[in-house]
Amino acid sequence: MELLAHQVLAGLATGGIYACLALAIVMIYQAIHHLNFAQGEMAMFSTFIAWQLMQWGVPYWVAFSATIALSFVAGVAIERLLFRPIHDAPALSHIVVFIALFAILNSLAGSIWDYNVKSFPSPFGSRSLFGDGLMSSHDAGMIGVMLFMLILIYLFFRHTRIGLAMRAAAANPGSARLAGIRVGWMNALGWGMAAAIGAVAGIMIAPAVFLDPNMMIGILLYGFAGAVLGGLTSPGGAVLGGFAVGVIENLVGTFVPYVGKELKLTIALIVIVAVLTVKPSGLFGRSIVTRV
Amino acid sequence: MKQRPKSNLGQAQAETIAGIPVRMWGRAVMTAGLLVALLLPFAIKSFVIFQLTLAVTYAIAILGLNLLTGFNGQFSLGHSAFYGIGAYTAAILMDQADVAYYWTLPAGGAACFIVGFLFGLPASRLEGLYLALATFALGIAMPQLLKLMPLEPWTGGVQGIVIMKPEAPFGLPLNADQWLYYFTILIAAAMYACAVNLIKSRTGRAIIAIRDNPIAASAMGIDVALYKSLTFGVSALYTGVAGALGAIAVQFVAPDSFTFNLAIAMFVGLVIGGVGSIPGTLFAGLFILFVPNVAEEVSKGLAQAVYGVILIAMIYVMPSGAAGFVRVIVGRIARMWP
Repeated sequence: MELLAHQVLAGLATGGIYACLALAIVMIYQAIHHLNFAQGEMAMFSTFIAWQLMQWGVPYWVAFSATIALSFVAGVAIERLLFRPIHDAPALSHIVVFIALFAILNSLAGSIWDYNVKSFPSPFGSRSLFGDGLMSSHDAGMIGVMLFMLILIYLFFRHTRIGLAMRAAAANPGSARLAGIRVGWMNALGWGMAAAIGAVAGIMIAPAVFLDPNMMIGILLYGFAGAVLGGLTSPGGAVLGGFAVGVIENLVGTFVPYVGKELKLTIALIVIVAVLTVKPSGLFGRSIVTRV
Repeated sequence: MKQRPKSNLGQAQAETIAGIPVRMWGRAVMTAGLLVALLLPFAIKSFVIFQLTLAVTYAIAILGLNLLTGFNGQFSLGHSAFYGIGAYTAAILMDQADVAYYWTLPAGGAACFIVGFLFGLPASRLEGLYLALATFALGIAMPQLLKLMPLEPWTGGVQGIVIMKPEAPFGLPLNADQWLYYFTILIAAAMYACAVNLIKSRTGRAIIAIRDNPIAASAMGIDVALYKSLTFGVSALYTGVAGALGAIAVQFVAPDSFTFNLAIAMFVGLVIGGVGSIPGTLFAGLFILFVPNVAEEVSKGLAQAVYGVILIAMIYVMPSGAAGFVRVIVGRIARMWP
């Protein structure tokens, strides 16, 4: 029983990492209705920018804010420069551009900052909270930051005009345009926000997994799984999905004999797919009804 | 994530260039291409022949993916797994049972058809992104499964299996690379002919109807779940045969050759070649084999970035892939010289 509790706690700590990225993924999904394969690499690149600023002696919170602002601008710029010109290309072509963006960012980061693993500071310290080193103060701080972000996002989408406009633009671009909403700019804003949230996620994740150009690849997979499990239409669901994936992964690794350690990602994914066959729009997602 | 390219059946006949129907031009280009492909091995180095063999192999694999995505509207990020199953089936049969290489192709195809069909049964409940996630799980699982301890006597674990390259039969005056190239071309020709006929048949129309509107298709009496699963099986079969050919050409299989990166490469090829275009897959095979090498030659350190830039440029120039691009160009020429 104690082992179970410990593993759940450790799972929540890693789940927090996945939840961060799942949240960013859902944000961009809300805005553009695609899964952004380059999301993880965008977050990684932002984290490197924060690291570089700190190397130049900029204080932590200043670097933190500057990185978020820069990432927001970069996200908007990516939408305007890269995706605007091909906005009526087929959806699968967009995915290829995501893959291209992934390759470019990864390779650029590698050549600017090399592939050596770097440590990244945490504002919350790294004391162990419950003994045994299962959950550190950084893990707890990270979960706190993420929940705070979630509340901000909720307030933004529910209680501001621009949040409403963004939801309208994503739900029904045609009608939104007729109502006077600039749908193109709403998409760009969605990209910017996703990049900014990704930057926060990256800065929060980096102290736990260390900083290198490939840091996000594994996490991105889990983040996707969490986002899809929770339902791509629900930011809160995505966060819960991320935690769930972390816990499932840890429990599988501990309690499934023989194959548990090596196949934990696979088994976690199978569990998720099984859930999805029963509940095809995710645990908390709304199923979207379309007229035939 | 769904994509509905216009069906090009029946529209090409109407257009003519210089009084000759576009269809005839297409045949002429195909025949010329085939002739060049047949004569090429006498003009180039062995290594290039080997590369071309691999490119044709990839083209068959992407054709399999295209049958699934382009014609049936199902998305897959796990076709690297089928490529791997085909390759391992071939390698294990040749290594353990001394089966002749040409018999490993039907075996690899059959193994993949069964796995693909069984995977397609539950997957037919899932759509779009959810299907992508399920196939993605398959793609991630495959290298890990191949590394598993209990399977090591057959798969060779992380080390993989080394196999022998076949020599030309009947005393033909060809070296092993040339023979394998012709063998691959022969298999590819047969498989492309089958695919074209499949798509033109009643079954093919059912497959396309499911892509265009599953509800209308089921109202017309098509068993959507069965057809989706069967398409999954056939798609896996194509990719599995390609995997077996690839294993024979490379003479080596190892778990890390069949990672998610291969699935991504196949997907990129699919889109660059043209979703829902059968000839486009040939271009796709050449693209995913040669363009990463070109990128590497431009800049060693930034090879990936160069590759990404090339990809973006391709999508800008031809948003619907090479096939769509050719269609547009042909349409323009046809209007200028009808």
